[in-house]
Amino acid sequence: MRTAAVIGASLAGLSTARALRQQGFDGRLVIVGDEPHRPYDRPPLSKEFLAGKSSDIGLRTPDDEALDFDWRLGARALSLNPHDRSIELSNGQTLRCDGVVIATGARARWLPGTEGVNGVHVLRTLDDAIRLRAELVPGVKLVVVGAGFIGAEVASTARYLGADVTVIEAEPLPLLRQLGPELGAVCAGLHGDHGVRLITNAQVKRILGANRVRSVELADGRQIPAEVVVVGIGAAPNFEWLAGSGLQLDNGVVTDAACATGLPEVVAVGDVAASYSVHLHDRHRAEHWTNALEQPVTAAATLLGDPRPHLSAPYFWSDQYGVRIQFTGHRREGDTVRVIEGDTDRRSFLAVYERGDVLVGVLGMNQPKLFSRWRRQLARPVLAP
Amino acid sequence: MIEVCRVGDLPPGEAVRVDTVDPPIAVFRTEDGDFYAVDDTCTHQDASLADGWLEGCTVECPLHASCFDLRTGQPSGPPATKPIRTYPVVVEDGVIRVAYSEVAC
Ligand SMILES: Cc1cc2nc3c(=O)[nH]c(=O)nc-3n(C[C@H](O)[C@H](O)[C@H](O)COP(=O)(O)OP(=O)(O)OC[C@H]3O[C@@H](n4cnc5c(N)ncnc54)[C@H](O)[C@@H]3O)c2cc1C
Ligand code: FES
Repeated sequence: MRTAAVIGASLAGLSTARALRQQGFDGRLVIVGDEPHRPYDRPPLSKEFLAGKSSDIGLRTPDDEALDFDWRLGARALSLNPHDRSIELSNGQTLRCDGVVIATGARARWLPGTEGVNGVHVLRTLDDAIRLRAELVPGVKLVVVGAGFIGAEVASTARYLGADVTVIEAEPLPLLRQLGPELGAVCAGLHGDHGVRLITNAQVKRILGANRVRSVELADGRQIPAEVVVVGIGAAPNFEWLAGSGLQLDNGVVTDAACATGLPEVVAVGDVAASYSVHLHDRHRAEHWTNALEQPVTAAATLLGDPRPHLSAPYFWSDQYGVRIQFTGHRREGDTVRVIEGDTDRRSFLAVYERGDVLVGVLGMNQPKLFSRWRRQLARPVLAP
Repeated sequence: MIEVCRVGDLPPGEAVRVDTVDPPIAVFRTEDGDFYAVDDTCTHQDASLADGWLEGCTVECPLHASCFDLRTGQPSGPPATKPIRTYPVVVEDGVIRVAYSEVAC
C-alpha cells in the first residue's frame, strides 16, 4: 500500500491516520474532510463549548505535524470507484489510492419540513453550536425535541444559561431503550430537579411560525410556545456517497469485527460503521466517542494486513445538570437492573444490568471511581453467542 | 509542604484527593507501597485522577481512559497529550506530606 486516503476528518478519521503512522505506514496519507474546520471534538458542543466555558476543542496536536498528513479540508468525497479505488472529490480532484478509510460519521436528523425554519436547530457541527449558542440568551423559550443524550445535554446547558426549557419526548420515559424504565425514570427526574419541563408520550406534529418559529404543535393539539427549537432525534450515517461502490450499506457501512468491508483494502470506522460487535454478537453502529477513538487502531491494523477483532465493550458518558452519567456494556429488553451502591434519589449510584446472572452492563451516576472498577469486569466479551 | 493524611489512612492501591490547594492534587499509594503525588485534574478534560484506576505506577483516567505514569506524569496514549505535574512526597513520622509549589517538577 503506497497511498491511503482517509475520508472524514473528525475523531475516527484522524485517529485512524495516526494509528496508520504508529503502525509503520510510511506511504502517502491523504485526509479529506468536507467541513472547513480543522478536526475538532464534538462532545463539548453540547457541554462546555455551548455553555461558553471553553472553546478549546481542537483535536490536532503538535505531534501530528511530524506525521506528514496531506490535508484536503473543505472537500467532499462524492464517490468511490470499487475497481481502481479512486475517489472523486467535490473540488474536482480525483484521488487514486490503494487503501481507503471510510470515516464520514453521521449527521443530525431533522424533523421533516423543519430544516431552514428560523430558530430551529440541530446540533452536530461546530457551526451548529455557534449558531445555537448565539440564541441561548437568558429567559429565551427553548423547546428541545427528543430527550436522548444530546437533547438532555442541550436542555441542561440552556438551563445553565438561563433559558426557559421544555423537553418533548415521544416515549413514556427518556432513554428507555438504552437504559430501561427504572433508570430512564431517574434521567427524567434530572430534568425536573432543575426546573425543566419534560413532556413524554408526545409526538411533534409540526412547527408553527411564519418567518420564525413561534410554537411546537403536538399530535394531541397542544401548542408549546417556542422562540428556539433544538431537534435532537438522532443521527443518520453519512454513506450516500458510497452508493454504487459495491459496499454493503445497511444503517451504516457494514464491516466485520476488524472493520474490514466487503472490498479489499477498504475499512470503515466510527459513527458511519455498522460493525460486528463481539459483545453484542450482532452488527451495531456505535455512536460514541470512545468507539471512534479506539476502533481506528483495529482498522489501521486491518488495512496493514493484520486483522483482529475489536474487543472493547461499548462505553459512553454524558454530563447533564452537573451529573456525570457513565455506561458500559449493552442493555436489552428483559435484562434486570439492580442498584448496588448509592441512592438514585441523590443522583449518586452505581447500577448493574444482568441477563440471568450474567453482568451485561454498568451505569454510574456521579460514581466515577466505582464505575472504573466495574467497567473492567466488562472489558472482555461475557456472553456466548 | 502540605500535610495529606496519616499513612494508615491511605491503604495500598488507593488514592486521596487534596483540594485545599488549587489546582487540586491526587496522592497515590501503589500496591508496592510507593507514594506519588500529581495534579488531580486530567490534562485532557474535566476528570479527577484520584477516581481513576491504579495499576502499578500508572493511573487510568476515569473518563476517557488515558493512562499517566505517576513517576513522570507522561500520558501513554490518547486522548491526553500533555503530562500532568508531579510533586515530591515525603513520609515522616507516619504522616504523608507533599512538597507542593507553583513551579512543580
Ligand atoms: C453535540 C454532541 C455531543 C456528544 N457527546 C458525546 C458524549 O458525551 N459522549 C460520547 O460518548 N459521545 C458523544 N458524542 C458522539 C461523538 O462525538 C461521536 O461518536 C464522534 O464524533 C464520532 O466520530 P466520527 O469521526 O466517527 O464521526 P463525525 O464526528 O461525525 O465525523 C465525520 C466527519 O466526516 C465528514 N464527512 C461526512 N461526509 C463526508 C464526505 N462525503 N466527504 C468528506 N467528509 C465527509 C463530516 O462532515 C465530519 O466532519 C457527541 C456528539 C455530538 C454531536
Ligand atoms: S478527561 Fe482524562 S482522558 Fe479525557
